Amino acid sequence: MKGNSYYSRKIHSLLGVIPLSLFIVQHGVSNFQAVDGGPEGFQRAVEFLNSLPFVPVLELFGIFLPLLFHGVYGLYIAYQSNNNLGQFSYGRNWAFTLQRVSGVITFIFVFWHVYQTRFQVFIGNTTHGELGSTMHDIANNPLFFALYTIGVIAAVFHFANGMWAFLVSWGITVGPRAQRISSYVWMVVFVLVSAMFLASLVAFRGDEFKEAAAVLDIVRTI
Amino acid sequence: MAEATVANKTIKLVIKRQDRPDSQPYDETFEIPYRANMNVISALMEIQRNPQKQDGQKTSPVCWESNCLEEVCGACSMNINGKPRQACTALVDKLEQPIRLEPMKTFPVVRDLVINRERMFNALKRVKAWIPIDGTYDLGPGPRMAETKRQWAYELSKCMTCGVCLEACPNVNDRNSFIGPAAISQVRLFNAHPTGEMNKEERLETLMEDGGIEGCGNSQNCVRACPKGIPLTTSIAAINKDTTKQMFKKWLGM
Repeated sequence: MKGNSYYSRKIHSLLGVIPLSLFIVQHGVSNFQAVDGGPEGFQRAVEFLNSLPFVPVLELFGIFLPLLFHGVYGLYIAYQSNNNLGQFSYGRNWAFTLQRVSGVITFIFVFWHVYQTRFQVFIGNTTHGELGSTMHDIANNPLFFALYTIGVIAAVFHFANGMWAFLVSWGITVGPRAQRISSYVWMVVFVLVSAMFLASLVAFRGDEFKEAAAVLDIVRTI
Repeated sequence: MAEATVANKTIKLVIKRQDRPDSQPYDETFEIPYRANMNVISALMEIQRNPQKQDGQKTSPVCWESNCLEEVCGACSMNINGKPRQACTALVDKLEQPIRLEPMKTFPVVRDLVINRERMFNALKRVKAWIPIDGTYDLGPGPRMAETKRQWAYELSKCMTCGVCLEACPNVNDRNSFIGPAAISQVRLFNAHPTGEMNKEERLETLMEDGGIEGCGNSQNCVRACPKGIPLTTSIAAINKDTTKQMFKKWLGM
């Protein structure tokens, strides 16, 4: 890598927290509106996000470019690592390997997911208002549902365990006790955020999301 | 034979051998008479006395390195049954047989179990793991070190540069320039010393370059593998904190 890898690595680490971790939590919360408030709730969440000022700027500099840097540099970090679980099957070594594996899965999954949703809005195949029915179709395809489940769990694990590692890499959790407690906290976060994403994925399977789409279709034909 | 030999009891060893630094490694199996309280070094000495494979064929004696025989020099580090450790404290009675001996794969092999740990000594030079007090006149006594600090710093000073932490680290390999846990812990040791502290920034800067502290991926194998029980991951996190502070200080021109 060109330049000083200390700074590249630090930027990679920082971008993982701001904005990417904030984004994944926000995404989980907005999706959860589909469980909480059905199609209308999800619709409100989508509208709220689109009502934010400078949405295209936020999307580009707040999500897309940080994601690209974090993802591409992350692949390089994964390439630089050996897997020695056979020799040292300790919990933290498992987390080390899973962090890299989940990172690669998340990288692929995010591109596919963005293609299926945001990119379709971008090229005009669908609108922000119809994303609920897009997700309904995806969640009702058994293969897609399985792949989304894997992708979501990988992404959330990468986020939670990455937060644990961030606290170590910036010297916030120094001693073994601080690191142990931090690992409990982040594993709870992993379970909660995963549950939130999976609950919304299941909620999208409901017929009301199909009906919401049908209503929109009628509105459009009129 | 000596009285300590137990009739009909033998020890089986499978040793990964390599004749030259650039030649292909190969395995050889040895069966040697058992004696009470043997360690891997005394088993290797037995092979040296009678270099004969299990099938009775003569072979060259197995080469290894060892000095202190009390786990303070670090010379006899090797993979024993898949785990890196010192051969002198690997007691045969506590090992599963056949005992598999392999050189540590992180380092270039010189011959058989002899490896070249030069990269570790270069790492110590790179981070300036010493206290510069040489000069042309007497500098007088240095500042005192608090006893509480001396106690934990002493634990860090037990590092014998044996290479086990580098062998256990998944990020110390050909594709990665990571310096390894040992040198980072030494930076913490010398930065903790009241006189060494005077060159603190200099040492931190050496870890804020390519192949510095950022290579750590937090697998934490090092702290589990260290034969001296050095809190390596605590050292790494503490130096992470110091380098982070140093980075902001530099940016802000403080």
